[in-house]
Amino acid sequence: MVDALLHVAGLCKRFGGIVATDDVTFEVPDGELHAIIGPNGAGKTTLIAQLSGQLTADTGRIRFAGGDITRVPAWRRSHLGLARSFQITSLFLDLSVLDNVALAVQAHAGHSFRFWRNARLETGLRQAARDALEAVGLGHRAEARASLLSHGEHRLLELAIALAGKPRMLLLDEPMAGLGPDESARMVEMLASLKRRYTILLVEHDMEAVFALADRITVLVYGRVIANGAPDAIRADAQVRDAYLGEDADV
Amino acid sequence: MTGALTLRNLTIAALVLVLALLPLYVALTGDRFMLTLFTRIVILAMAAVSLNLILGYAGLMSFGHAAYLGIGGYTVAILCFEGVTSAFVQWPAALATSALFALIVGALSLRTRGVYFIMITLAFAQMAYYLASGTARYGGDDGLSLESRSGFAGLINLSNKTTFYYVCLVLLFASIVLVWRLTNSRFGLVLQGVRSNEARMRAIGFPTFRYKLAGFVIAGTMCGLAGALIANHTDFVSPAMMFWTRSGDLIVMVVLGGMGTLFGPVFGALALLFLEQFLPAAISAVVHPFDPASAARAGEFWQIVLGPLLLVVVLFARGGIDGLLGALSDRIQRARKGGHG
Amino acid sequence: MTLFVEQCLNGLQFGLLLFLLAAGLTLVFGIMDLVNLAHGSLYMLGAYFAATFTAWTGSFVFGAVLAIAATLLVGMAVEVIAMRRLYGRDHLDHVLGTFGLILFFDELVRLIWGPGGRSLAVPSWLNHSVAILPGIEYPAYRLAIIVVTLAVAAFLYVLVMRTRIGMLIRAGASNREMVGALGVNIKLLYTLIFGLGAALAGLAGLMQAPILTVQIGMGENILILAFVITVIGGIGSIRGAFVAALLVGFIDTMGRSFFPQLLGDLLGRQAASTAAPALSSMLIYILMAAILVVKPQGLFPAGSR
Repeated sequence: MVDALLHVAGLCKRFGGIVATDDVTFEVPDGELHAIIGPNGAGKTTLIAQLSGQLTADTGRIRFAGGDITRVPAWRRSHLGLARSFQITSLFLDLSVLDNVALAVQAHAGHSFRFWRNARLETGLRQAARDALEAVGLGHRAEARASLLSHGEHRLLELAIALAGKPRMLLLDEPMAGLGPDESARMVEMLASLKRRYTILLVEHDMEAVFALADRITVLVYGRVIANGAPDAIRADAQVRDAYLGEDADV
Repeated sequence: MTGALTLRNLTIAALVLVLALLPLYVALTGDRFMLTLFTRIVILAMAAVSLNLILGYAGLMSFGHAAYLGIGGYTVAILCFEGVTSAFVQWPAALATSALFALIVGALSLRTRGVYFIMITLAFAQMAYYLASGTARYGGDDGLSLESRSGFAGLINLSNKTTFYYVCLVLLFASIVLVWRLTNSRFGLVLQGVRSNEARMRAIGFPTFRYKLAGFVIAGTMCGLAGALIANHTDFVSPAMMFWTRSGDLIVMVVLGGMGTLFGPVFGALALLFLEQFLPAAISAVVHPFDPASAARAGEFWQIVLGPLLLVVVLFARGGIDGLLGALSDRIQRARKGGHG
Repeated sequence: MTLFVEQCLNGLQFGLLLFLLAAGLTLVFGIMDLVNLAHGSLYMLGAYFAATFTAWTGSFVFGAVLAIAATLLVGMAVEVIAMRRLYGRDHLDHVLGTFGLILFFDELVRLIWGPGGRSLAVPSWLNHSVAILPGIEYPAYRLAIIVVTLAVAAFLYVLVMRTRIGMLIRAGASNREMVGALGVNIKLLYTLIFGLGAALAGLAGLMQAPILTVQIGMGENILILAFVITVIGGIGSIRGAFVAALLVGFIDTMGRSFFPQLLGDLLGRQAASTAAPALSSMLIYILMAAILVVKPQGLFPAGSR
């Protein structure tokens, strides 16, 4: 029995009187695309933040690749192979698109206490960055200033930055937030192409995308897991329909 | 640095030329005062260059940078007082004490952010001020005079004003070159990433604290060297060098000149010290036709203009002098292209 | 023993004075997210106005009231003309802009009052000592300061905790956008709050004038202490400012009085006399550094920011 790549047990997080994460337990085996769905305020982003290290859980355990990472700082988790994209775009807007991704590559290419040589001339870094940009279809925008990109391109850049560090697992927080139908379809294709090569934890509201991509789904309501299983089982689950899917038309 | 023949680059080149040839001008006209003024400008420009590294490129609002001028200066002055006059001992010592102070202050301050960071760096600078002010042996509030300038075993005579000027100028250019290489290196890109979005930098795998600390120490050390120079220039050090408003002056220079640009700090130091020197005369000249009697006094109140001027720069010309030059350059480029199109 | 009680009271008085200054600063910072370095200039103006108005009217109290009113007006004018444009900007912009205001006010004062400073005498009806305990006398004027500042602190407490405006202040400190969304006239509220801060600073300035100083640049010296208090207490928290101000007032006063002696007992006369003056002054900053290391948001961090 192989240990799951990501194993979350009894995770709890409170903010004053609000329980954002309530005894959350689930696991994600290597190579799986696992979706987290739930209504707004369910604590999905808070959960991702605890997995990637921006927040520390009050109680509970997170195991990744066989090691306990519950108290490991965010930057170190990145080196263990856990990469995150942000729901609210978090880029280096005053730098070029290529610089954005190159930084992510640089973070994983040894230390940065190099003071003299021009880092923009390091072909290793720049090529890896270009490759990541090509992979998401932004190769042609490499020299543009990040602030000048469209929203859809920003979401792709978010993804490219997460990929640049050659992670084992991606934590994607609503990659399709704010995208129109064409861009969403593009993103779904992109994510489908990433399946199998990466283990993915996907938080999303777009149900079409979720049911098209997910191997398994966990449903979060008010910070608690109310269901966990294969897409068909989730679709049929009465509790889930009541709490979340009920309002949706054809899914 | 682009190689293009833009207005901005030409202005920078002109500036470098003026600075390099100044002693020639002084020799020709006998205007020794200019030499003194420009030596001071060059030294403070170096201090501003060091502050720009952490303020302009890394986004660290340190309000205690003047402390390093004092620490470097006092190290030289104290060693001189105790009989050690060799620059080969004094200057490395100044670098070492500044680096140590920066290391301690940085280690404690860099865990805080925003206004807390400003306040804590300011507080540490005040501590240095009080330390100097309370130490009677080295003059306390009255300051400490230097019996002689740092000695280079006869190789360089710092008492010769022209020689001293060139030593300062060379060190200024060296510090600009250092900042140039630093900001384009891996290390510099990390600092700029931190300024741009520190949370993302940590998310992608950078342990940002150690890089900020390293930058902080480098900047402090560089400023400590400027302090050693200033001690030699005025043959005197006092706690007032480290009072928090002096740190404010340095920040003004960096912002006025253009944050995060290589030559901005030099423009800023030049502008501020020029204003200090010549604005009084300019104001007097303006007032004179209207009211000759109070013209002289009117000039004294130049700082009334500087205050609001600063506010205006902050509100409308955030990029400082370098930014203005850049904007002008772009206008000219566009106009030329339009003409040919 | 007498000295001890006297210094305790001095510490209390100094702390309360600092509280007046810090309260305005922390209010403006907490609600408008504005770093105002020129707060010390308002403190200076309060002292200068009081010196002049007292000379004109012949009465300390009248002079004081006029001075507070004048400082209030200047504060509101500054808010409308300059501060409004700084809201929402980077803190660095605030620091630079208000630093420019410091330069401006210092020169303005020099223009109007001259470079020599002014003096303001302790009013004759307070110019005596009071026996607060058998055998221990304390200057009536300093007692008056304590009484007045405690009254103001009580007033602030009632204002912040018991009135609608106070509710808006507390709400604004923890969530600025919401207060705007509630349909409150934010512009007016901000102007009033800034004015209140200015009045408090002016009051502090005029009260300390007879015992300390009325000179250009006096704001710069005390501003640091006010900021240290704001930071220790927690930005936006008046309660924090009160606690921190008393802490700072006591430690600074007692420290300067008794620390050299304490150091002398520990290290011996020679070492103490070299180190003591510097260390006494540094105590406050060491305190702040220590607190920030343990509690980076201050003792009473306000709201969810």
